[in-house]
Amino acid sequence: MTTLPTSTDRKLGLVIDLDTCVGCHACVISCKGWNTENYGAPLSDQDPYGAAPSGTFLNRVHSYEIQPTDAPAQLVHFPKSCLHCEDAPCVTVCPTGASYKRVEDGIVLVNEQDCIGCGLCAWACPYGAREMDTTEKVMKKCTLCVDRIYNENLPEEDREPACVRTCPAGARHFGDFSDPESNVSKLTAERGGMDLMPEMGTKPVNKYLPPRVKDRDRSEDVDILAPFLDPIATEPTGFLGWLDKTLTTLPGGKT
Amino acid sequence: MHPAPSVILFSTLSGLGFGLLAFLGLGMPSPTGFGAFVWFTLAYLLAVGGLIASTFHLGHPERALKAFKQWRSSWLSREGICAVVALLVMAVYGAALFFADTRIIPLGYIGAALSIGTVFTTAMIYTQIKTVPRWHNITTPLMFLTLCIAGGALLSGRVGLAIPLLILAALAQIAHWIVGDRALEKSGTTLATATGLGARGDVRAFEPPHTGTNYLLKEFVFVIGRKHAFKLRVIALTLMALFPVFALMFTITGGLPGMLIHLLAALAVVSHLLGVLAARWLFFAQAEHVVGLYYGKR
Ligand code: SF4
Ligand code: SF4
Ligand code: SF4
Repeated sequence: MTTLPTSTDRKLGLVIDLDTCVGCHACVISCKGWNTENYGAPLSDQDPYGAAPSGTFLNRVHSYEIQPTDAPAQLVHFPKSCLHCEDAPCVTVCPTGASYKRVEDGIVLVNEQDCIGCGLCAWACPYGAREMDTTEKVMKKCTLCVDRIYNENLPEEDREPACVRTCPAGARHFGDFSDPESNVSKLTAERGGMDLMPEMGTKPVNKYLPPRVKDRDRSEDVDILAPFLDPIATEPTGFLGWLDKTLTTLPGGKT
Repeated sequence: MHPAPSVILFSTLSGLGFGLLAFLGLGMPSPTGFGAFVWFTLAYLLAVGGLIASTFHLGHPERALKAFKQWRSSWLSREGICAVVALLVMAVYGAALFFADTRIIPLGYIGAALSIGTVFTTAMIYTQIKTVPRWHNITTPLMFLTLCIAGGALLSGRVGLAIPLLILAALAQIAHWIVGDRALEKSGTTLATATGLGARGDVRAFEPPHTGTNYLLKEFVFVIGRKHAFKLRVIALTLMALFPVFALMFTITGGLPGMLIHLLAALAVVSHLLGVLAARWLFFAQAEHVVGLYYGKR
Protein backbone atom coordinates (compact mmCIF):
# COMPACT_ATOMS: atom_id res chain seq x y z
CA MET A 1 0.00 0.00 0.00
CA THR A 2 1.48 3.29 -0.98
CA THR A 3 -1.06 5.38 0.84
CA LEU A 4 0.58 6.62 4.03
CA PRO A 5 -0.58 5.50 7.48
CA THR A 6 -2.39 8.34 9.26
CA SER A 7 -0.24 7.68 12.31
CA THR A 8 2.41 5.21 13.37
CA ASP A 9 2.71 3.45 16.73
CA ARG A 10 6.30 4.57 17.14
CA LYS A 11 8.48 7.05 15.28
CA LEU A 12 11.93 5.57 15.04
CA GLY A 13 14.64 7.79 13.65
CA LEU A 14 17.99 9.49 14.11
CA VAL A 15 19.28 12.65 15.66
CA ILE A 16 22.42 13.88 13.92
CA ASP A 17 24.56 16.32 15.83
CA LEU A 18 26.21 18.74 13.41
CA ASP A 19 28.19 20.18 16.28
CA THR A 20 29.92 16.92 17.03
CA CYS A 21 30.31 15.27 13.64
CA VAL A 22 33.94 15.34 12.57
CA GLY A 23 33.30 14.23 9.01
CA CYS A 24 35.24 10.99 9.31
CA HIS A 25 32.86 9.02 7.02
CA ALA A 26 33.00 5.99 9.35
CA CYS A 27 29.18 5.89 9.31
CA VAL A 28 29.25 5.83 5.49
CA ILE A 29 31.52 2.80 5.48
CA SER A 30 29.76 0.88 8.22
CA CYS A 31 26.41 1.55 6.52
CA LYS A 32 27.66 0.30 3.20
CA GLY A 33 29.31 -2.69 4.87
CA TRP A 34 26.25 -3.82 6.78
CA ASN A 35 23.76 -3.18 4.01
CA THR A 36 25.72 -4.77 1.22
CA GLU A 37 26.19 -8.00 3.16
CA ASN A 38 22.74 -8.47 4.59
CA TYR A 39 19.14 -7.63 3.62
CA GLY A 40 18.27 -7.47 -0.09
CA ALA A 41 20.33 -6.62 -3.14
CA PRO A 42 23.97 -5.68 -2.47
CA LEU A 43 25.15 -2.09 -2.93
CA SER A 44 27.18 -2.29 -6.10
CA ASP A 45 30.22 -0.27 -7.13
CA GLN A 46 31.12 0.64 -10.68
CA ASP A 47 34.78 0.89 -11.66
CA PRO A 48 35.77 0.88 -7.95
CA TYR A 49 39.52 0.86 -8.53
CA GLY A 50 39.50 2.66 -11.87
CA ALA A 51 39.60 6.25 -12.97
CA ALA A 52 35.91 7.05 -12.49
CA PRO A 53 34.61 5.14 -9.46
CA SER A 54 30.97 5.41 -8.39
CA GLY A 55 28.60 3.32 -6.34
CA THR A 56 25.43 3.06 -4.33
CA PHE A 57 25.46 4.57 -0.84
CA LEU A 58 22.60 4.94 1.62
CA ASN A 59 24.41 7.51 3.71
CA ARG A 60 26.69 10.24 2.43
CA VAL A 61 28.58 12.96 4.31
CA HIS A 62 28.72 16.41 2.74
CA SER A 63 30.79 19.32 4.05
CA TYR A 64 29.60 22.91 4.01
CA GLU A 65 31.26 26.19 4.77
CA ILE A 66 29.31 28.89 6.57
CA GLN A 67 30.56 32.44 6.26
CA PRO A 68 28.98 34.66 8.92
CA THR A 69 29.15 38.41 8.29
CA ASP A 70 31.16 39.18 11.41
CA ALA A 71 33.14 36.05 12.20
CA PRO A 72 35.52 33.61 10.59
CA ALA A 73 34.16 30.90 8.30
CA GLN A 74 33.04 27.64 9.88
CA LEU A 75 33.12 24.15 8.42
CA VAL A 76 30.17 21.83 9.06
CA HIS A 77 30.17 18.14 8.21
CA PHE A 78 26.75 17.02 7.18
CA PRO A 79 25.75 13.32 7.07
CA LYS A 80 22.60 12.66 5.07
CA SER A 81 20.48 9.53 4.78
CA CYS A 82 16.73 8.84 4.61
CA LEU A 83 14.85 10.96 7.16
CA HIS A 84 11.91 8.51 7.33
CA CYS A 85 9.47 11.35 6.69
CA GLU A 86 5.98 11.26 8.17
CA ASP A 87 4.57 12.68 4.96
CA ALA A 88 6.86 10.73 2.67
CA PRO A 89 6.29 11.77 -0.98
CA CYS A 90 8.50 8.88 -2.11
CA VAL A 91 5.90 6.40 -0.87
CA THR A 92 2.75 7.85 -2.42
CA VAL A 93 4.22 8.12 -5.92
CA CYS A 94 5.24 4.45 -6.07
CA PRO A 95 2.99 2.62 -8.58
CA THR A 96 3.65 -0.89 -7.31
CA GLY A 97 3.41 -0.63 -3.56
CA ALA A 98 7.08 -1.58 -3.28
CA SER A 99 7.66 1.55 -1.20
CA TYR A 100 5.82 1.70 2.08
CA LYS A 101 5.88 3.23 5.54
CA ARG A 102 5.50 0.81 8.41
CA VAL A 103 2.62 1.41 10.80
CA GLU A 104 4.45 -0.14 13.77
CA ASP A 105 7.56 2.05 13.79
CA GLY A 106 7.33 4.51 10.88
CA ILE A 107 10.33 3.09 9.00
CA VAL A 108 10.15 3.69 5.23
CA LEU A 109 11.17 0.59 3.29
CA VAL A 110 11.33 -0.80 -0.25
CA ASN A 111 10.18 -4.31 -1.02
CA GLU A 112 12.73 -5.09 -3.71
CA GLN A 113 10.76 -8.01 -5.18
CA ASP A 114 8.01 -5.58 -6.18
CA CYS A 115 10.19 -2.70 -7.35
CA ILE A 116 10.07 -2.14 -11.12
CA GLY A 117 12.94 0.36 -10.98
CA CYS A 118 10.96 3.29 -12.35
CA GLY A 119 12.90 5.74 -10.23
CA LEU A 120 9.90 7.93 -9.49
CA CYS A 121 10.36 7.67 -5.70
CA ALA A 122 13.90 9.04 -6.02
CA TRP A 123 12.50 11.95 -8.04
CA ALA A 124 10.00 12.67 -5.28
CA CYS A 125 12.55 12.67 -2.42
CA PRO A 126 13.96 16.16 -1.84
CA TYR A 127 16.98 14.88 0.07
CA GLY A 128 18.61 12.49 -2.38
CA ALA A 129 18.04 9.67 0.07
CA ARG A 130 17.17 7.02 -2.52
CA GLU A 131 19.57 5.62 -5.07
CA MET A 132 18.84 3.17 -7.85
CA ASP A 133 21.44 0.43 -7.81
CA THR A 134 23.11 0.33 -11.22
CA THR A 135 23.68 -3.42 -11.18
CA GLU A 136 20.51 -4.69 -9.50
CA LYS A 137 18.20 -2.01 -10.98
CA VAL A 138 16.15 -1.72 -7.82
CA MET A 139 15.73 1.22 -5.48
CA LYS A 140 17.95 1.20 -2.41
CA LYS A 141 17.54 3.32 0.68
CA CYS A 142 18.31 3.45 4.40
CA THR A 143 16.29 0.85 6.32
CA LEU A 144 17.24 2.27 9.71
CA CYS A 145 18.98 -1.11 9.95
CA VAL A 146 15.65 -2.81 10.48
CA ASP A 147 17.60 -6.10 10.41
CA ARG A 148 19.74 -5.03 13.38
CA ILE A 149 17.46 -3.11 15.70
CA TYR A 150 15.10 -6.07 16.28
CA ASN A 151 17.74 -8.79 15.77
CA GLU A 152 17.89 -11.04 18.80
CA ASN A 153 20.92 -12.85 17.39
CA LEU A 154 22.98 -9.72 17.97
CA PRO A 155 24.27 -8.68 21.38
CA GLU A 156 22.07 -6.03 22.98
CA GLU A 157 24.51 -3.17 22.36
CA ASP A 158 24.59 -3.90 18.63
CA ARG A 159 20.82 -3.55 18.20
CA GLU A 160 21.02 -0.07 16.76
CA PRO A 161 21.73 1.21 13.24
CA ALA A 162 25.27 0.48 12.05
CA CYS A 163 26.05 4.19 11.59
CA VAL A 164 25.07 5.00 15.16
CA ARG A 165 26.99 2.03 16.53
CA THR A 166 30.14 3.01 14.68
CA CYS A 167 30.26 6.80 15.04
CA PRO A 168 33.45 7.54 16.99
CA ALA A 169 32.31 11.06 17.87
CA GLY A 170 28.92 10.17 19.30
CA ALA A 171 27.28 12.42 16.73
CA ARG A 172 24.46 10.01 15.88
CA HIS A 173 21.60 8.99 18.15
CA PHE A 174 18.83 6.47 17.53
CA GLY A 175 15.48 6.37 19.27
CA ASP A 176 11.72 6.78 19.30
CA PHE A 177 10.49 10.32 18.65
CA SER A 178 6.93 9.49 19.69
CA ASP A 179 8.14 9.14 23.28
CA PRO A 180 8.84 12.58 24.73
CA GLU A 181 11.13 11.01 27.33
CA SER A 182 13.37 9.26 24.79
CA ASN A 183 17.00 10.31 24.30
CA VAL A 184 16.25 11.61 20.83
CA SER A 185 13.21 13.66 21.89
CA LYS A 186 15.15 15.22 24.75
CA LEU A 187 18.14 16.06 22.56
CA THR A 188 15.85 17.61 19.98
CA ALA A 189 14.13 19.74 22.60
CA GLU A 190 17.34 20.81 24.36
CA ARG A 191 19.40 21.63 21.31
CA GLY A 192 16.75 22.96 18.93
CA GLY A 193 16.71 19.97 16.58
CA MET A 194 15.64 21.09 13.12
CA ASP A 195 14.02 19.78 9.92
CA LEU A 196 15.73 19.91 6.53
CA MET A 197 13.75 21.76 3.84
CA PRO A 198 10.66 22.20 6.04
CA GLU A 199 8.97 24.01 3.11
CA MET A 200 8.76 20.71 1.25
CA GLY A 201 6.15 19.55 3.76
CA THR A 202 7.67 16.10 4.17
CA LYS A 203 7.73 16.26 7.99
CA PRO A 204 11.04 14.44 8.43
CA VAL A 205 11.37 12.26 11.52
CA ASN A 206 15.17 12.58 11.67
CA LYS A 207 16.33 15.80 13.27
CA TYR A 208 19.58 17.75 12.92
CA LEU A 209 21.16 19.50 15.89
CA PRO A 210 22.65 22.80 14.73
CA PRO A 211 26.32 23.45 15.45
CA ARG A 212 26.85 25.49 18.60
CA VAL A 213 27.92 29.08 18.09
CA LYS A 214 31.71 29.23 18.12
CA ASP A 215 33.80 31.68 20.17
CA ARG A 216 34.42 34.79 18.14
CA ASP A 217 37.82 36.31 17.43
CA ARG A 218 37.98 39.36 19.68
CA SER A 219 41.56 40.47 19.07
CA GLU A 220 40.70 44.04 20.10
CA ASP A 221 40.10 43.13 23.73
CA VAL A 222 41.97 39.89 24.06
CA ASP A 223 43.06 40.13 27.63
CA ILE A 224 42.21 42.13 30.71
CA LEU A 225 45.95 42.22 31.49
CA ALA A 226 46.70 43.84 28.15
CA PRO A 227 47.04 47.40 29.52
CA PHE A 228 49.81 46.23 31.86
CA LEU A 229 51.72 44.83 28.95
CA ASP A 230 52.12 48.23 27.30
CA PRO A 231 55.76 48.74 26.35
CA ILE A 232 57.45 50.99 28.93
CA ALA A 233 59.39 53.02 26.40
CA THR A 234 58.09 53.64 22.91
CA GLU A 235 61.20 55.60 21.88
CA PRO A 236 64.54 53.78 21.92
CA THR A 237 67.09 55.10 24.46
CA GLY A 238 70.80 54.53 25.13
CA PHE A 239 72.80 52.79 22.45
CA LEU A 240 69.71 51.99 20.38
CA GLY A 241 68.63 55.63 20.61
CA TRP A 242 72.06 56.81 19.40
CA LEU A 243 71.95 54.24 16.56
CA ASP A 244 68.46 55.34 15.61
CA LYS A 245 69.44 59.00 15.48
CA THR A 246 72.68 58.34 13.57
CA LEU A 247 71.05 56.15 11.00
CA THR A 248 68.29 58.68 10.47
CA THR A 249 70.82 61.42 9.65
CA LEU A 250 72.51 59.31 6.98
CA PRO A 251 71.38 59.88 3.37
CA GLY A 252 68.14 57.92 2.70
CA GLY A 253 67.61 57.47 6.42
CA LYS A 254 64.42 59.54 6.65
CA THR A 255 61.43 57.42 6.09
CA MET B 1 16.82 16.02 -14.77
CA HIS B 2 18.41 13.47 -17.03
CA PRO B 3 16.54 13.51 -20.38
CA ALA B 4 16.04 9.76 -20.89
CA PRO B 5 15.31 9.17 -24.61
CA SER B 6 12.76 6.45 -23.80
CA VAL B 7 10.68 8.82 -21.67
CA ILE B 8 10.89 11.67 -24.19
CA LEU B 9 9.82 9.35 -27.01
CA PHE B 10 7.04 7.97 -24.87
CA SER B 11 5.48 11.28 -23.88
CA THR B 12 5.76 12.70 -27.41
CA LEU B 13 4.46 9.70 -29.36
CA SER B 14 1.79 8.73 -26.86
CA GLY B 15 0.62 12.32 -26.58
CA LEU B 16 0.12 12.46 -30.33
CA GLY B 17 -1.41 8.97 -30.51
CA PHE B 18 -3.94 9.60 -27.75
CA GLY B 19 -4.74 12.98 -29.29
CA LEU B 20 -5.57 11.26 -32.56
CA LEU B 21 -7.59 8.59 -30.75
CA ALA B 22 -9.59 11.35 -29.05
CA PHE B 23 -10.49 12.91 -32.41
CA LEU B 24 -11.39 9.50 -33.84
CA GLY B 25 -13.60 8.91 -30.80
CA LEU B 26 -15.35 12.21 -31.43
CA GLY B 27 -16.01 11.14 -35.01
CA MET B 28 -13.56 13.54 -36.59
CA PRO B 29 -12.98 11.77 -38.92
CA SER B 30 -15.37 8.85 -38.75
CA PRO B 31 -13.88 6.36 -41.20
CA THR B 32 -15.36 2.94 -41.85
CA GLY B 33 -14.00 -0.24 -43.40
CA PHE B 34 -10.41 -0.11 -44.60
CA GLY B 35 -10.15 3.63 -43.84
CA ALA B 36 -10.92 2.88 -40.20
CA PHE B 37 -8.20 0.24 -40.19
CA VAL B 38 -5.59 2.73 -41.44
CA TRP B 39 -6.57 5.51 -39.01
CA PHE B 40 -6.70 3.26 -35.98
CA THR B 41 -3.45 1.50 -36.86
CA LEU B 42 -1.71 4.85 -37.02
CA ALA B 43 -3.15 5.97 -33.69
CA TYR B 44 -2.29 2.65 -32.00
CA LEU B 45 1.22 2.60 -33.40
CA LEU B 46 1.86 6.00 -31.84
CA ALA B 47 0.10 5.40 -28.52
CA VAL B 48 1.29 1.83 -27.94
CA GLY B 49 4.72 2.51 -29.41
CA GLY B 50 5.13 5.28 -26.87
CA LEU B 51 3.98 3.06 -24.02
CA ILE B 52 6.43 0.33 -25.03
CA ALA B 53 9.25 2.88 -25.25
CA SER B 54 8.45 3.95 -21.70
CA THR B 55 9.07 0.44 -20.35
CA PHE B 56 12.67 0.62 -21.62
CA HIS B 57 13.40 3.05 -18.87
CA LEU B 58 12.29 0.62 -16.15
CA GLY B 59 14.94 -1.33 -14.28
CA HIS B 60 12.67 -4.38 -14.17
CA PRO B 61 10.19 -4.20 -17.08
CA GLU B 62 9.23 -7.83 -16.46
CA ARG B 63 7.45 -6.66 -13.29
CA ALA B 64 5.56 -3.87 -15.09
CA LEU B 65 2.16 -5.44 -14.39
CA LYS B 66 2.64 -4.73 -10.69
CA ALA B 67 2.41 -1.03 -11.54
CA PHE B 68 -1.38 -1.20 -11.92
CA LYS B 69 -1.91 -1.75 -8.21
CA GLN B 70 -1.53 1.59 -6.46
CA TRP B 71 -4.00 3.81 -8.30
CA ARG B 72 -5.24 5.17 -4.98
CA SER B 73 -2.12 7.24 -4.48
CA SER B 74 0.13 6.99 -7.54
CA TRP B 75 -0.31 8.97 -10.76
CA LEU B 76 2.01 6.55 -12.54
CA SER B 77 -0.31 3.71 -11.63
CA ARG B 78 -3.36 5.74 -12.72
CA GLU B 79 -1.66 6.49 -16.02
CA GLY B 80 -1.11 2.79 -16.69
CA ILE B 81 -4.72 1.93 -15.94
CA CYS B 82 -6.16 4.87 -17.87
CA ALA B 83 -4.01 4.05 -20.91
CA VAL B 84 -5.04 0.40 -20.99
CA VAL B 85 -8.74 1.17 -20.54
CA ALA B 86 -8.62 3.90 -23.21
CA LEU B 87 -6.93 1.54 -25.65
CA LEU B 88 -9.45 -1.23 -24.96
CA VAL B 89 -12.49 1.03 -25.34
CA MET B 90 -11.14 2.55 -28.54
CA ALA B 91 -10.32 -0.93 -29.86
CA VAL B 92 -13.97 -1.94 -29.51
CA TYR B 93 -15.09 1.35 -31.08
CA GLY B 94 -12.63 0.94 -33.95
CA ALA B 95 -13.56 -2.72 -34.49
CA ALA B 96 -17.24 -1.76 -34.82
CA LEU B 97 -16.30 0.82 -37.46
CA PHE B 98 -14.08 -1.59 -39.34
CA PHE B 99 -16.14 -4.78 -39.22
CA ALA B 100 -19.71 -3.51 -38.97
CA ASP B 101 -19.48 0.01 -40.41
CA THR B 102 -21.20 1.08 -37.20
CA ARG B 103 -20.27 4.08 -35.10
CA ILE B 104 -21.11 3.51 -31.45
CA ILE B 105 -21.26 7.20 -30.59
CA PRO B 106 -21.28 7.06 -26.75
CA LEU B 107 -18.40 4.56 -26.74
CA GLY B 108 -16.42 6.95 -28.93
CA TYR B 109 -17.02 9.80 -26.51
CA ILE B 110 -15.95 7.67 -23.55
CA GLY B 111 -12.84 6.59 -25.43
CA ALA B 112 -12.02 10.19 -26.31
CA ALA B 113 -12.35 11.27 -22.68
CA LEU B 114 -10.16 8.37 -21.53
CA SER B 115 -7.54 9.20 -24.18
CA ILE B 116 -7.31 12.80 -23.05
CA GLY B 117 -7.42 11.55 -19.46
CA THR B 118 -4.36 9.38 -20.10
CA VAL B 119 -2.35 12.39 -21.22
CA PHE B 120 -3.58 14.26 -18.16
CA THR B 121 -2.32 11.47 -15.87
CA THR B 122 1.04 11.57 -17.65
CA ALA B 123 1.24 15.30 -17.05
CA MET B 124 0.32 14.82 -13.39
CA ILE B 125 3.23 12.44 -12.85
CA TYR B 126 5.50 15.42 -13.43
CA THR B 127 3.26 18.09 -11.95
CA GLN B 128 3.03 16.30 -8.59
CA ILE B 129 6.86 16.28 -8.19
CA LYS B 130 7.35 19.12 -5.74
CA THR B 131 11.11 18.64 -5.77
CA VAL B 132 11.23 19.96 -9.35
CA PRO B 133 9.63 23.41 -9.03
CA ARG B 134 9.72 23.91 -12.82
CA TRP B 135 7.19 21.09 -13.18
CA HIS B 136 5.17 21.66 -10.03
CA ASN B 137 2.67 24.16 -11.43
CA ILE B 138 -0.45 24.32 -13.58
CA THR B 139 1.42 25.14 -16.79
CA THR B 140 2.65 21.53 -16.99
CA PRO B 141 -0.76 19.87 -17.49
CA LEU B 142 -1.91 22.82 -19.63
CA MET B 143 1.07 22.36 -21.92
CA PHE B 144 0.70 18.57 -22.15
CA LEU B 145 -3.05 18.73 -22.80
CA THR B 146 -3.03 21.54 -25.37
CA LEU B 147 -0.18 19.87 -27.25
CA CYS B 148 -1.97 16.52 -27.26
CA ILE B 149 -5.22 18.04 -28.53
CA ALA B 150 -3.50 20.25 -31.12
CA GLY B 151 -1.43 17.28 -32.30
CA GLY B 152 -4.58 15.18 -32.57
CA ALA B 153 -6.33 17.86 -34.62
CA LEU B 154 -3.31 18.21 -36.90
CA LEU B 155 -2.91 14.48 -37.41
CA SER B 156 -6.62 13.88 -38.00
CA GLY B 157 -6.65 16.62 -40.66
CA ARG B 158 -8.95 19.08 -38.84
CA VAL B 159 -7.24 22.06 -40.44
CA GLY B 160 -9.69 24.68 -39.18
CA LEU B 161 -9.29 23.44 -35.59
CA ALA B 162 -5.59 22.66 -35.79
CA ILE B 163 -4.50 26.24 -36.56
CA PRO B 164 -5.99 27.88 -33.44
CA LEU B 165 -5.18 24.84 -31.30
CA LEU B 166 -1.52 24.88 -32.35
CA ILE B 167 -1.31 28.56 -31.48
CA LEU B 168 -2.89 27.82 -28.10
CA ALA B 169 -0.41 24.99 -27.49
CA ALA B 170 2.49 27.26 -28.38
CA LEU B 171 1.23 29.82 -25.87
CA ALA B 172 0.94 27.13 -23.19
CA GLN B 173 4.48 26.00 -23.93
CA ILE B 174 5.76 29.57 -23.67
CA ALA B 175 3.87 30.02 -20.38
CA HIS B 176 5.51 26.84 -19.08
CA TRP B 177 8.93 28.27 -19.90
CA ILE B 178 8.24 31.69 -18.39
CA VAL B 179 6.78 30.30 -15.16
CA GLY B 180 9.40 27.56 -15.05
CA ASP B 181 12.39 29.88 -15.34
CA ARG B 182 11.44 31.54 -12.06
CA ALA B 183 10.03 28.52 -10.28
CA LEU B 184 13.08 27.33 -8.35
CA GLU B 185 13.73 30.80 -6.99
CA LYS B 186 10.07 31.28 -6.09
CA SER B 187 9.90 27.91 -4.31
CA GLY B 188 12.10 29.38 -1.59
CA THR B 189 14.24 26.26 -1.37
CA THR B 190 17.93 27.08 -1.19
CA LEU B 191 21.07 25.53 0.24
CA ALA B 192 20.20 27.54 3.35
CA THR B 193 16.89 25.70 3.92
CA ALA B 194 18.35 22.42 2.68
CA THR B 195 20.99 22.45 5.41
CA GLY B 196 19.05 24.47 7.95
CA LEU B 197 22.21 26.53 8.45
CA GLY B 198 21.16 29.68 6.60
CA ALA B 199 20.59 31.79 9.72
CA ARG B 200 24.29 31.66 10.58
CA GLY B 201 25.67 33.08 7.36
CA ASP B 202 26.24 32.25 3.74
CA VAL B 203 26.32 28.49 3.21
CA ARG B 204 28.59 27.12 0.51
CA ALA B 205 29.06 23.51 -0.57
CA PHE B 206 32.65 22.89 0.46
CA GLU B 207 33.33 19.24 -0.24
CA PRO B 208 31.04 16.73 -1.95
CA PRO B 209 30.53 13.37 -0.22
CA HIS B 210 32.58 11.47 -2.76
CA THR B 211 35.18 12.43 -5.32
CA GLY B 212 33.35 10.60 -8.09
CA THR B 213 29.90 11.05 -9.49
CA ASN B 214 26.79 9.10 -8.41
CA TYR B 215 23.24 8.17 -9.35
CA LEU B 216 21.84 11.39 -7.88
CA LEU B 217 24.13 13.64 -9.88
CA LYS B 218 23.56 11.72 -13.11
CA GLU B 219 19.78 11.55 -12.72
CA PHE B 220 19.02 14.95 -11.19
CA VAL B 221 21.84 17.34 -12.01
CA PHE B 222 21.92 17.23 -15.80
CA VAL B 223 23.38 20.49 -17.06
CA ILE B 224 24.58 19.63 -20.57
CA GLY B 225 22.94 21.75 -23.21
CA ARG B 226 21.39 24.25 -20.82
CA LYS B 227 23.51 26.98 -22.36
CA HIS B 228 21.85 26.36 -25.72
CA ALA B 229 18.42 26.38 -24.18
CA PHE B 230 17.25 29.60 -25.77
CA LYS B 231 18.18 28.54 -29.29
CA LEU B 232 16.57 25.16 -28.73
CA ARG B 233 13.40 26.85 -27.52
CA VAL B 234 13.19 28.90 -30.69
CA ILE B 235 13.78 25.80 -32.81
CA ALA B 236 11.21 23.79 -30.85
CA LEU B 237 8.57 26.48 -31.14
CA THR B 238 9.18 26.98 -34.84
CA LEU B 239 8.95 23.29 -35.63
CA MET B 240 6.14 22.55 -33.21
CA ALA B 241 3.74 25.35 -34.10
CA LEU B 242 5.02 28.10 -36.37
CA PHE B 243 5.82 26.02 -39.44
CA PRO B 244 2.75 23.75 -39.16
CA VAL B 245 0.44 26.78 -38.81
CA PHE B 246 1.88 28.43 -41.91
CA ALA B 247 1.81 25.16 -43.85
CA LEU B 248 -1.84 24.62 -42.92
CA MET B 249 -2.75 28.18 -43.87
CA PHE B 250 -1.23 27.56 -47.28
CA THR B 251 -3.30 24.44 -47.75
CA ILE B 252 -6.54 26.35 -47.24
CA THR B 253 -5.71 29.35 -49.42
CA GLY B 254 -6.99 27.33 -52.35
CA GLY B 255 -5.70 26.95 -55.87
CA LEU B 256 -3.01 24.48 -54.82
CA PRO B 257 -2.78 21.07 -56.49
CA GLY B 258 -3.94 18.17 -54.30
CA MET B 259 -0.49 16.62 -54.20
CA LEU B 260 1.04 19.77 -52.76
CA ILE B 261 -1.66 20.03 -50.11
CA HIS B 262 -0.93 16.51 -48.95
CA LEU B 263 2.79 17.15 -48.96
CA LEU B 264 2.38 20.31 -46.90
CA ALA B 265 0.12 18.53 -44.43
CA ALA B 266 2.59 15.68 -44.07
CA LEU B 267 5.45 18.14 -43.56
CA ALA B 268 3.40 19.94 -40.93
CA VAL B 269 2.93 16.68 -39.01
CA VAL B 270 6.63 15.72 -39.16
CA SER B 271 7.70 19.22 -38.19
CA HIS B 272 5.26 19.23 -35.26
CA LEU B 273 6.55 15.86 -34.05
CA LEU B 274 10.18 17.01 -34.16
CA GLY B 275 9.29 20.25 -32.42
CA VAL B 276 7.54 18.46 -29.58
CA LEU B 277 10.52 16.10 -29.23
CA ALA B 278 12.86 19.08 -28.89
CA ALA B 279 10.56 20.77 -26.37
CA ARG B 280 10.31 17.55 -24.31
CA TRP B 281 14.07 17.20 -24.28
CA LEU B 282 14.23 20.70 -22.80
CA PHE B 283 11.42 19.83 -20.38
CA PHE B 284 13.82 17.38 -18.73
CA ALA B 285 17.21 18.93 -19.43
CA GLN B 286 16.21 22.29 -17.96
CA ALA B 287 14.40 20.89 -14.93
CA GLU B 288 16.27 21.58 -11.70
CA HIS B 289 15.80 19.09 -8.86
CA VAL B 290 16.31 20.55 -5.38
CA VAL B 291 18.73 17.74 -4.46
CA GLY B 292 21.28 19.52 -6.68
CA LEU B 293 21.46 22.22 -4.00
CA TYR B 294 23.15 19.78 -1.60
CA TYR B 295 25.91 19.51 -4.18
CA GLY B 296 26.13 23.25 -4.71
CA LYS B 297 24.57 22.80 -8.13
CA ARG B 298 21.23 23.33 -9.79
S1 SF4 C 1 13.99 11.20 3.20
FE1 SF4 C 1 13.34 10.88 1.09
S2 SF4 C 1 13.32 8.65 0.90
FE2 SF4 C 1 13.32 9.07 3.09
S3 SF4 C 1 11.15 9.12 3.66
FE3 SF4 C 1 11.74 11.24 3.24
S4 SF4 C 1 11.18 11.52 1.09
FE4 SF4 C 1 11.24 9.31 1.44
S1 SF4 D 1 11.63 2.63 -8.21
FE1 SF4 D 1 10.63 0.91 -7.16
S2 SF4 D 1 10.18 1.68 -5.11
FE2 SF4 D 1 10.62 3.47 -6.40
S3 SF4 D 1 8.61 4.17 -7.15
FE3 SF4 D 1 9.42 2.76 -8.72
S4 SF4 D 1 8.61 0.75 -8.13
FE4 SF4 D 1 8.34 2.07 -6.35
S1 SF4 E 1 30.75 8.51 11.86
FE1 SF4 E 1 29.96 10.18 13.17
S2 SF4 E 1 31.57 11.73 13.13
FE2 SF4 E 1 32.03 10.32 11.45
S3 SF4 E 1 31.02 11.29 9.66
FE3 SF4 E 1 29.53 9.83 10.53
S4 SF4 E 1 28.29 11.08 11.94
FE4 SF4 E 1 30.14 12.26 11.48
